[in-house]
Amino acid sequence: MKAKVYVRLKNGVLDPQGQTIQSSIERMGYDFASEVRVGKVFEIEVKDDSCRKDLEKIASTMLANMIIEEYSIEFEA
Amino acid sequence: MKAGVVVFPGSNCDHDCYHVLKHVIGAETVFLWHKDTDLQGVDLVVFPGGFSYGDYLRCGAIAKFSPIVSEVIKFAENGGHVLGICNGFQVLTESGLLPGALMRNRGLKFKCEYVNLRVDNSDTPYTNMYADGEVIRIPIAHADGNYYIDEEGMKELEENKQIVFRYCDENGTAEDDSNPNGSLGNIAGIINKKGNVLGMMPHPERCAEGVMETRDGYFLFESIAKFIGGCK
Repeated sequence: MKAKVYVRLKNGVLDPQGQTIQSSIERMGYDFASEVRVGKVFEIEVKDDSCRKDLEKIASTMLANMIIEEYSIEFEA
Repeated sequence: MKAGVVVFPGSNCDHDCYHVLKHVIGAETVFLWHKDTDLQGVDLVVFPGGFSYGDYLRCGAIAKFSPIVSEVIKFAENGGHVLGICNGFQVLTESGLLPGALMRNRGLKFKCEYVNLRVDNSDTPYTNMYADGEVIRIPIAHADGNYYIDEEGMKELEENKQIVFRYCDENGTAEDDSNPNGSLGNIAGIINKKGNVLGMMPHPERCAEGVMETRDGYFLFESIAKFIGGCK
């Protein structure tokens, strides 16, 4: 199965990449997207979901920088 | 003073630092390979600029797991002196030796230019040859130098005089106009509470000799060499 670790910037941390993408969406002629924030997804092949605790450790010490980012973990069959 | 310059795969300012320390300052200087665990008895460790591990994941994020960095963390905890320049500053924040984080520049561009810096604390081992409030010119070259820290952390930095360099104009005024990357408080360099670990985005090793546009970076190396002592 697949473990998906989502890493995103915390609320309140400026995201200049997201702002640039948002203004590009406007330039494409769409006006419904008021904000864009950029994150990362790590797809990790695992046997089962017993690795959640270890993944939390990996996410908080390496995949995310907890000063500016937060993470969440999902498992997918 | 014996100095060690750490070499990660992707470091590209390591030889500049080595040159300044060895040939300009006259310190015994060695390279420290990232896979080594022996600091060879150095008094000062320098994390140089560059792109350690290709900047994969985040700048400096992979370097913190290298064998040499574990040793440098112990070294710093025991009072050893550590200087991080540019990518080296990123390694220091990622590895927890300095507070805060360095994010993508506000303008998203790689900035390579001379900037004015105000010395806000000349009472450190790295800045004792500057004066408080002095404006110096040192070049930057980075895409991820946008310093961030939460409000509480910022208060602590201010209270402990840990902000050493701020981006400013030629008169020493640190406002948004003179901020090249969006750093909070125009922060260009900070020191840890204990005063032995300094991180800065500008490159003092690129302006440490008379042939360069300025010689303002020389005095940072001279400061630490004098502080530790034993150089020619």
